[in-house]
Amino acid sequence: MGTRIFGEPVERREDARLLTGRGRYLDDLGRDALAAAFVRSPHAHARIADIDVSGALDVDGLVAVYTWEDLPGRVGEPLPLLIPHPALTHGRTGYPLARDVVRHVGEPIAMVVARDRYLAEDAAERIRVEYEPLPPVVGIEAATRAEHLVHDDVPGNVGAVLVQETGDAAAAIDAAPHVLEFSLAIERSASMPLEGRGVYARWDADDGSLRVYSSTQASTSVRAAIAARLGLPNGKVEVVAPDVGGGFGVKIVHPWPEEVLVPWAARLLDRELKWTEDRREHFVSAAHERGQLQDVRVGFDDAGRVLGLDVTIRHDHGAYTPYGIIIPIVTSTQLLGPYKIGAYRAEVTSLYTNTLIVTPYRGAGRPQGVFCMERTMDRVARHLGLDRADVRAANLIQPDEFPYDQGLIFQDGRPLIYDSGDYPELLRKARELIGWDGFDAERAAAAGRGRRLGIGLGVYVEGTGVGPYEGGHVEIDTAGRVHVSTGLTSQGQGHETVFAQIAASELGVPIGDVHVTTGDTRRFGYAVGTFASRAAVMSGNAIALACRKVRGKALRIAGEALEADPRDLEITGGVVHVRGDPSACVPLRTVAVLSNPLRYAFDEEAAAATQFAAARPVTEPPVAAGDEPGLEGRDYYSPVRSTFAAGAHAAIVEVDPDTAEIAILRYAVVHDCGRLINPMVVEGQIHGGVAQGIGGALYERMVYDESGQLLNASFMDFLMPYATEIPRIETGHLETPSPLNPLGIKGAGEAGVIPVSAVIASAVEDAEGVRVDAMPLSPDGLYELRERAAHDPSLRVREGARSL
Amino acid sequence: MKPPPFGYRAPATVTEALDALAAEPSGKVLAGGQSLIPLLNMRLAAPAELVDINRVAELDTLHVRDEGVRAGALARLARVERSAEAAAVQPLLGQALRHVAHPVIRNRGTVVGSLAHADPAAELPAVLAVLGGTVEAASARGRRTIRAAEFFRGPMEPALEPGELAVSAFFPASPPRTGTAFTETARRHGDYALAGVAAVVTLDEDLRVSAARAGYLGIAATPLVLDLTGAAGPHGDWRAAAAHVRERIDPETDIHAGAGYRRHLTGVLTERAFKSAAAEALRRAGE
Amino acid sequence: MEESFEVGLTVNGTHRTASVPARRLLSDLLRHDLGLTGTHVGCEHGVCGCCTVLLDGDPVRSCLMFAVTAAGHEVTTVEGLADEDGTPSPVQRAFRECHGLQCGFCTPGFLCTVTALLRETPRPTEDQVLEGISGNLCRCTGYQNIVKSVHRAADILAEES
Repeated sequence: MGTRIFGEPVERREDARLLTGRGRYLDDLGRDALAAAFVRSPHAHARIADIDVSGALDVDGLVAVYTWEDLPGRVGEPLPLLIPHPALTHGRTGYPLARDVVRHVGEPIAMVVARDRYLAEDAAERIRVEYEPLPPVVGIEAATRAEHLVHDDVPGNVGAVLVQETGDAAAAIDAAPHVLEFSLAIERSASMPLEGRGVYARWDADDGSLRVYSSTQASTSVRAAIAARLGLPNGKVEVVAPDVGGGFGVKIVHPWPEEVLVPWAARLLDRELKWTEDRREHFVSAAHERGQLQDVRVGFDDAGRVLGLDVTIRHDHGAYTPYGIIIPIVTSTQLLGPYKIGAYRAEVTSLYTNTLIVTPYRGAGRPQGVFCMERTMDRVARHLGLDRADVRAANLIQPDEFPYDQGLIFQDGRPLIYDSGDYPELLRKARELIGWDGFDAERAAAAGRGRRLGIGLGVYVEGTGVGPYEGGHVEIDTAGRVHVSTGLTSQGQGHETVFAQIAASELGVPIGDVHVTTGDTRRFGYAVGTFASRAAVMSGNAIALACRKVRGKALRIAGEALEADPRDLEITGGVVHVRGDPSACVPLRTVAVLSNPLRYAFDEEAAAATQFAAARPVTEPPVAAGDEPGLEGRDYYSPVRSTFAAGAHAAIVEVDPDTAEIAILRYAVVHDCGRLINPMVVEGQIHGGVAQGIGGALYERMVYDESGQLLNASFMDFLMPYATEIPRIETGHLETPSPLNPLGIKGAGEAGVIPVSAVIASAVEDAEGVRVDAMPLSPDGLYELRERAAHDPSLRVREGARSL
Repeated sequence: MKPPPFGYRAPATVTEALDALAAEPSGKVLAGGQSLIPLLNMRLAAPAELVDINRVAELDTLHVRDEGVRAGALARLARVERSAEAAAVQPLLGQALRHVAHPVIRNRGTVVGSLAHADPAAELPAVLAVLGGTVEAASARGRRTIRAAEFFRGPMEPALEPGELAVSAFFPASPPRTGTAFTETARRHGDYALAGVAAVVTLDEDLRVSAARAGYLGIAATPLVLDLTGAAGPHGDWRAAAAHVRERIDPETDIHAGAGYRRHLTGVLTERAFKSAAAEALRRAGE
Repeated sequence: MEESFEVGLTVNGTHRTASVPARRLLSDLLRHDLGLTGTHVGCEHGVCGCCTVLLDGDPVRSCLMFAVTAAGHEVTTVEGLADEDGTPSPVQRAFRECHGLQCGFCTPGFLCTVTALLRETPRPTEDQVLEGISGNLCRCTGYQNIVKSVHRAADILAEES
């Protein structure tokens, strides 16, 4: 790794295009395509009695209208349950277009195809659907009561009961010197990328093939799903993720109904067809996340060491379970964080409700788990009158205890074994960065001026880089350009830059010569997808391994050309040369020429490689046994188990004693994602995550009424923070390399968001002296809390325990 | 989210505009469009015809006189916000305009349009109401002046008849020894307020409070004006005034805040706004 | 058939025309009729700011304006911010230097907004920057590097003037 490009804050290569309007997002493609729009259910739960499309038929520009009855064979089957799990005993998925029953507002019922989106909406508006309303199940409490069922054949509305256990938690708690019991709640939010979903399909009738563009986080799997549904071989379906305007998890779900229907109709009509999701559709037809209720029982000793922890979680997964129970698994495992918990049991009941599906949003269950554990740590500290940071420190896994086996099974089906880390140092750095140890005086001084300040912190561990695999392909062409491709997709993480840094560093070429393609099945057909902070770990290492293959081949061919031992060669600036003798050299572009023995010389470079020019002995074949033409290589990275990144966040907040408004004065992050490929990009990921975390802590929630209507389905009322709501974020890094992969890296994508609700809750509680058990917290919510605490002393945090 | 089809007229004069509105009485006026077009895009409104007044140059006016500020129907919010002359005559306008949505929206939205939209959570209706301003409406039948107290009939319900066009709004000047302040609390900067108050305090020559009026947004179906002169007393007991306000109002619960919080908050904002307005009045009295 | 209107306007210095229904949003005219897809559409109700363009120099939401209303006016989109020789504008350069974008979807709206902001306020304070970009949503960056980019753009503009 000689070249100093790995680890440098290299400016992004994708920016030149994105800054000048030359990005190509889904709706920028297919200018002449027909447009699709959908009739979606206005009811949370209803039986469809009749669909009358006649009113739409005279709309100018209408091309077609489809309902479930029009869908043939596999196209009309229920959507796949992507991630089955033994605990998911009652998994259910919806149909691409509703059949008989709708189970959430926004469920698609009919697809309209017209000349443009305006006309498609005109026609959709005129389709009359007759509904027989059924009683809706809204909210976790209603789902638990199960007076009504979301699915007739799912008793108790229970989709899954997942138990994670290590040791005998009940016994450990009973034997502990101190025991606390309490309940916590987290509301729903959503990924809410600024570009919604979208699908654009082109059928080539002459070739019998389909090209599909989708704003997705998993193009290869979308291809497999479309091919299966449409009865096409994989080779006749190409799926490309173009520039994608943010994903944050929601675009990992696939195939969406629209990803099946749009390609199907494009083939049927033999016309280009595009569906671009609008914002209102996104609110009610994509996916949400986060909503959980948690009941906690914890036993601990006088030093605050947790001896036993028993958590019962009720998780709202919405109307269907296409993505399985990944969120419950992640919550129940990552809840343990950086701590050594004596004995642990978590039981997650995953419940159906007549609301939009719940699938991973950045953090994917971790924010809830960390909220639970960090609120627990604060409770323990307050109960004992100990410093909150000290109690955490007392429970931390120590640096010499890695690999550390938590004794549970993680989301990849593998043991939850932490690979490396230095949690005490993370905590120490975070305390230092925020000024934890001097804050008592600051709080008191502010109080003297009538201001209410509070400080909070949170520590977390994040399993990143889950398998099963990713691959990389690297090819150096005869112009010296390095073409790197990997199958997973990009939504703004800067993959074109960081993967180019890895390739440039491994190969010894200028980064400007490297061209990266992601998410295009034409270039790389095997991949899993972009989620779980895995892209850098998985594809980064795969690309590094592929580069090493290419490098080996280049050195071998160059060695033959230079009559040198390949072990004496190195590559710098795209030129292979003898170490210590720069004059004995051959550029990689020439090596690329030599790698491919030719019969036909179409230019001067090629002439050097024709069978008469190449310097192979006449007694040997032009392509040696076991060799292949071309200077290219492909490799895969498939880890035994996940890497584990970690971090500590801390914040100082101010609450207005009169208006109950909450302001974040300072926010500090110390983060360890192993070796950094590009610190600028990593920091950007953290910034974005923290901002989404602040959204989830103070602003964002999905407000369903009792009938299952989403009352705030617009950017007017779903309050994503603007620049005016986000404080300056201070960051610090720690680098403990992962021993599990060649590059020593861990993932960084989700880190920023994970502990924010816990940190803000801790800080507000500190400022107010009132328990914070539910997030998000609005001024109205804090006002209510104050009112209740005024009459109920049990809601007050024990006085005296607030000092350090 | 594409608007439904509608007929379209783009008159060049007020007369043409009024003719168009007379011909299609259910027609809707399009000025800045910052409230109307979202409703159209969501298909929550489907007017038969839009009368786009953006080409009516004679409505693109801002007249500042000693007696007050008159904004023509095309005066954009940003223009009025930036007008030093308008601020000198009636400072409350600029104080409130800074809270109206975001700067980019203010570049396009109009003062009169905001009033005619009659959203009880919006800032300008409360300002017009507390100042006792007027809206001038024209139709093919003639012109009339509508007092603020009569203009806001209900939520999104201005006192404009079919065929009528609001051509201007008049905000009276601040009298001598008068201070104003505008305070609101919104969830995010630029959002509609959870509650807000426009306060106007006038002192007599002995610097005692001779008038204290508040215009409220976000807490009733129409902008609410309360005369707090009595409640505050001659020496400006703003805490007492706030307590009085809390008793007088009956706000509603919505998804962003409960009625109890809104009532409490309105009191807090009342006290804050009046302290600030009274300080300003005192300063002006000393000039 | 819906009535069509001939719309002529100047976009990035070039006179363009299209025949569109009255309800055609300016954002759709730019993107779909004129092929200028750099202007993005994120919410179509005026909140996100992705579709912000300059109308006679002032930033406006192109999703909250009909193409017919824009007839006769000058519109600048992200495609028109660079110099004629293709050199990126100071604002564009600053965003790249400071990593002021990630997925890039909101970026054109920010670039237009900031271009106008700095024209009016060449040396904005931190508060002026926040107020200036307060109507634009970004879901990726947490705004940290966008704010940094605005200050950096102000530096570049000062250096080059």
